[in-house]
Amino acid sequence: MSQLEIRQLRKEWQETLAVKNISFEIAQGEFVALLGPSGCGKSTTLKMIAGLEHPSSGSISLNGQDITHLPPGKRGLAMVFQSYALFPHLSIAENIVFGLKARGVGALERDQRLKRVTDLVNLGDHLSKRPSQLSGGQCQRVALARAIIAEAPLCLMDEPLSNLDAKLRNEMRAELRALQQRLGMTVLYVTHDQVEAMSMADRILLLNQGEIAQCGTPNALYQTPASTFVARFIGNPPMNLINKGSFLLGIRPEHIHLATDGIAAEVIRCDYHGADTIIDISLPSLSHQTIKLRLPGHQLLAAGSALNINWRSQDQHVFCSTTGQRLSDYVLPTLTTHSLIQKEFHHDTQH
Amino acid sequence: MNRFNQLYAWLMLLPALVLLLAFTHIPALTTLWHSLFFPARGRNPSEFAGLENYRSMLDDAVFWQAFHNNLWYAIGTVPTSMALALAMALWVNSKISGRAALRLAYFTPTMLPMIAVANIWLFFYTPEIGLFNKILNSVGLTGINWLGDPNWALISLMLMTIWKESGFFMIFYLAALQSLNKDIYAAAAVENASPLYVFRRITLPLLMPTTLFVLVNAVLNAFKLVDHLFILTKGGPNNATNLLLYYIYENAFSFFDSNYAAALTLVLLILLILLAVVQFLLVERRIHYR
Ligand SMILES: Nc1ncnc2c1ncn2[C@@H]1O[C@H](COP(=O)(O)OP(=O)(O)OP(=O)(O)O)[C@@H](O)[C@H]1O
Ligand SMILES: [Mg+2]
Repeated sequence: MSQLEIRQLRKEWQETLAVKNISFEIAQGEFVALLGPSGCGKSTTLKMIAGLEHPSSGSISLNGQDITHLPPGKRGLAMVFQSYALFPHLSIAENIVFGLKARGVGALERDQRLKRVTDLVNLGDHLSKRPSQLSGGQCQRVALARAIIAEAPLCLMDEPLSNLDAKLRNEMRAELRALQQRLGMTVLYVTHDQVEAMSMADRILLLNQGEIAQCGTPNALYQTPASTFVARFIGNPPMNLINKGSFLLGIRPEHIHLATDGIAAEVIRCDYHGADTIIDISLPSLSHQTIKLRLPGHQLLAAGSALNINWRSQDQHVFCSTTGQRLSDYVLPTLTTHSLIQKEFHHDTQH
Repeated sequence: MNRFNQLYAWLMLLPALVLLLAFTHIPALTTLWHSLFFPARGRNPSEFAGLENYRSMLDDAVFWQAFHNNLWYAIGTVPTSMALALAMALWVNSKISGRAALRLAYFTPTMLPMIAVANIWLFFYTPEIGLFNKILNSVGLTGINWLGDPNWALISLMLMTIWKESGFFMIFYLAALQSLNKDIYAAAAVENASPLYVFRRITLPLLMPTTLFVLVNAVLNAFKLVDHLFILTKGGPNNATNLLLYYIYENAFSFFDSNYAAALTLVLLILLILLAVVQFLLVERRIHYR
């Protein structure tokens, strides 16, 4: 059963169209990441679901009830903000039980739930402190605790980890995911960080300029990107797109390998990343288009040195060069034969 | 290096220090010295009086009346104008159309000098043709001798002061409200907190630093601002509206007893310092500074 149902949701301001008729569903216990570049309408979508922003049109329903026009507090959802939005003058304990107090939950039950939640997020020692006395990571836990304690059927999170440093973000990512699975929470998680979305989510909703570019499991977005936008957004470094006239050939840097009889290439520069090296190469046989490839370990290749590369045919993707849409999974003759493909492609009907 | 820095710091402070000493601290000390003498009579040099000026203050019925009046004046104007200021700030901070015009309207009384305000209100209060009495008459009530009736005179002054001061304090509250984090309010809305609950548990506590600042200023103003007395009542009728600072002025420039005025000044100064200290100590403890 789907818990949250969004139908044709739209938001426009005078001259900006932030969200363009998007529809999606979230099932009970699912962790869905709303992913997209800055300004694509993620926060706006989340705010409309929370009731903090009125949709221009469309409907939102939660557990079968239409909540499109309910005030935020009556929707039965919890929210974690990017800025944590903790009450600076209240103690940590007061911050966490704020919602319970506002809803008139009795003192006894409040204390029990507070105890349970603070154990979950490891905040036991800090309950009497003020938010200003905690670190960013601890504040994040408080915000999380405040969302968990509500035991709401849906939890919304707007870039909750983006204010933390890289190491802490990695830790919190795993912790958050573990907590979500343990409690069976339904989460809609906004992020612009594809690694976060890929590693945490059951499903990713990739948004581009207010529209859903693709929706699917992290693996589906990586393996069968529906368009060049998805292909370039997911994966780091992004997928190489080789222009072949009527179509674009996509191949991920990590899927390119060195070969004895592959396509001839010339090294432009090397970027050493520790575990691997990103190498920019140009392809003389394809009018000197440059692509990136990723090789494990420390590879020191002088600029101008010659290589031969190749890839497996199942790793390549084909996109229409005008619309950018994925073309049906036609098995191309391998490029190594240099038989330039003249065949017509028909647009994929599944996306 | 360190010594040079110290010297440098003192040199930078010197201009302000000189001005402060010349126009604040030294006059305060001479006032203290001055208050220990009797006024000079004719050619005789003024005689040392010790604490005689202060003793006669205890027996001075007008002083006590002015003191009482001033306390009531403060009690009557400070909380009301602060509450009004907060209410207006909340109102013009909300999403209403034409709020810029509304803000300006509320702020206008503050831009007018007190003397001008007093002249406007003199017209409101005039017994026969005044605005207030005309309104009262039109609904069939008898008019009030606002400034002439000892029971009403101080209240009339308070009304005008509230009108003038609350717009000024509103600006501080408005600035504070606008600096509050919007996400906090979104979070409270998601938690189903009612507007009243949000005001009581969030807005009011977060405005406490502003409240302290406004409170101290309002109390000081209640003792410092007497310009309107010159226009409206001159302390009358029968000292019903005499305030401490105005009484000091009367002693110095109408009765030419500058020594007694100096003693009164010192008492007022000490009173104000005490009030400020008490307010800081009381409120400070309940304030959360970010
Ligand atoms: N109150 C508003 N009035 C007018 N336009 C707005 C308003 N809020 C957002 N927008 C516009 O709507 C678009 C989407 O904004 P939104 O905040 O949803 O982006 P986002 O995907 O959350 O980006 P980010 O990752 O930077 O947070 C932007 O172009 C923004 O300029
Ligand atoms: Mg955002």
